[in-house]
Amino acid sequence: MIRLPYLATIMLSSRNLSYQYPSGERLTFPDIDCPAGETRLLLGKSGSGKTTLLQLLAGLRTPATGTVTIDGTDLNALSGTARDRFRGRHLGMVFQTAHFVRSVSIEDNLLLAQRLAGHAADKTAIRELLGQLELGHKARSLPSALSVGQQQRAAIARAIINRPAVILADEPTSALDDDNTAQVIKLLRESAAAVNATLLIVTHDNRLTSIIDQQTRL
Amino acid sequence: MNLLSLAWKNLTFKPLSALLSVLLFALSIGLISLLLNLRQQADEQFDNNLAGINLVVGAKGSPLELTLNSMYHVGYATGNVTLKEVRSFFNPKHPIVADAVPLSVGDSYRGYRIVGTTPKLLDWYDASLSDGRIWEDDFEVVIGAEVAGKNGLSLGDKFRSNHGIIDEGENNIEHDDEFTVVGILAPGGTVMDQVVLTTNQTYWHSHGEHEGEDHAGHDHEDHAGHNHGKRDIQALLETDDDQEITSVLVRYRNASSFQALNFPRNINENTDLLAANPAYEISEVRRQFDSGQRILGILVLAITIVSALSIFISLFNSLRDRRYELALLRVMGAGRRKIFSLIIIEGLLVAVIGYVLGLLLSHGILYFIAANVSDDFRYSLDPARFLPEEWWLLGGALLIGFLAAIIPAIQAANTDIGETLVEG
Repeated sequence: MIRLPYLATIMLSSRNLSYQYPSGERLTFPDIDCPAGETRLLLGKSGSGKTTLLQLLAGLRTPATGTVTIDGTDLNALSGTARDRFRGRHLGMVFQTAHFVRSVSIEDNLLLAQRLAGHAADKTAIRELLGQLELGHKARSLPSALSVGQQQRAAIARAIINRPAVILADEPTSALDDDNTAQVIKLLRESAAAVNATLLIVTHDNRLTSIIDQQTRL
Repeated sequence: MNLLSLAWKNLTFKPLSALLSVLLFALSIGLISLLLNLRQQADEQFDNNLAGINLVVGAKGSPLELTLNSMYHVGYATGNVTLKEVRSFFNPKHPIVADAVPLSVGDSYRGYRIVGTTPKLLDWYDASLSDGRIWEDDFEVVIGAEVAGKNGLSLGDKFRSNHGIIDEGENNIEHDDEFTVVGILAPGGTVMDQVVLTTNQTYWHSHGEHEGEDHAGHDHEDHAGHNHGKRDIQALLETDDDQEITSVLVRYRNASSFQALNFPRNINENTDLLAANPAYEISEVRRQFDSGQRILGILVLAITIVSALSIFISLFNSLRDRRYELALLRVMGAGRRKIFSLIIIEGLLVAVIGYVLGLLLSHGILYFIAANVSDDFRYSLDPARFLPEEWWLLGGALLIGFLAAIIPAIQAANTDIGETLVEG
């Protein structure tokens, strides 16, 4: 067995993953290994199953074969409720368009993220994080009152509020202009680095390939 | 931010969509509570006012009218009877009648009836004086607690009666004689709260003069020095045969004896008097009440079903809008059970809000009924009273909220997160 001493702990890995769609179509995915703190792009044409892979990695879908291991835990060995709880605690997710619970403020959305993950409510941490993301003045606003760029920043805040081990981002920049794209990617990388999280970005956005070197193609 | 506050925020975020459900639910709960309260309080008033009275004897007419007029002091009298006809009921050696009380009615004061009778009536109704003394002479009155309260009457006050039993305001025909308040009754929850009590003979004075009959002034000085004066039953019985009273309330020696059971029929068949069994008459009234209530009950049931459907539909519709949101909650760590609970709590919240509004509605209506019904029906309602059944109603409301929410909740819990997130 070859030990590579400079490699950090593997935080996210998958083996022999395949997925069977209800329609009968079957997709097989390459194995993935991401050390803690790494940023990696998952590239592929639309229809190649990028989002499906991301959802398999997040335990949002059940694979036909294979395993997903996050921080040493086999995701599919957990019961449904335990997997939901595990996801809330150890995974942060950012989507193409930011979605929130519409009826409550940005701050309450983050509070929900804390409570649903089984953490104590920590308003100080929320205020601090929103301040860092220049959203402090929007804490009490409803999500619909934020601009698209602000919403995506707030979504990132929600993804990292519980200091997750892995951040999964699904096309986080495809709806944004160049300025916002640069800002969001910078923010994602800084946020991931701040909590030493693995950042996996699913994208077909060529603006990102020049910034991020670690790439997996489907 | 817990599930309850999230459910609350979800409901209030789009208040209009929940409004119809809440209103329908409030209507259904309100009607049930109203029916329960009216029924319960009516039953109690009927029972309280039975006062152990086995028989009411008066002039020929409707037995129900006689009962209502003599015992509940509503409606009109069937007519008058002469002392000669009823004297035997007051015979202490009567084989069936243990005790009897004479009543003279027909006049009123501001809608409250003036009842000429003997003080024994107070014992029958367990009424006691809170102030003053028992009436002893004609035109001395003891008034019920409500009469005193509503009209601001106190001891020593004088007033004139109205001829007739309806308060006609400006058009009232007033009698010339003045009544003096000598006593006030403590509130007892019976019809005694709402009457003005005096001697039977008082009626002969006022009506003798008014109608120009020759009984006016008849021997009413004779007993002035007498210890018990005009309130004594003996004084009444010693007067002329053709003096009139309205009716006689009777208690039996043994209500289940063969003679007692046949007594009313004997009176009705063999005399010009009418004998009515109040317990029987009241059970007839209740039967009418019941059939009305059954029809209302069907209506209430229909409204309840519609309101449950409305909760179901509004939750179901909101799920379509909130699919992504619910998937998001799952991503954030909420298990299926939490999602299920969230939707159930939303259903329960609608039910609880509807319940609270419904009770406010029914007791608000009771308040208005209480203000209006008392004069017409001698039926005093307490709008601030809550029945134990209304707690059961809360249980029923929660059950309906739960049942209406359970299918949407199951569906929400089973939503495929992956597919939903792709759609979003």
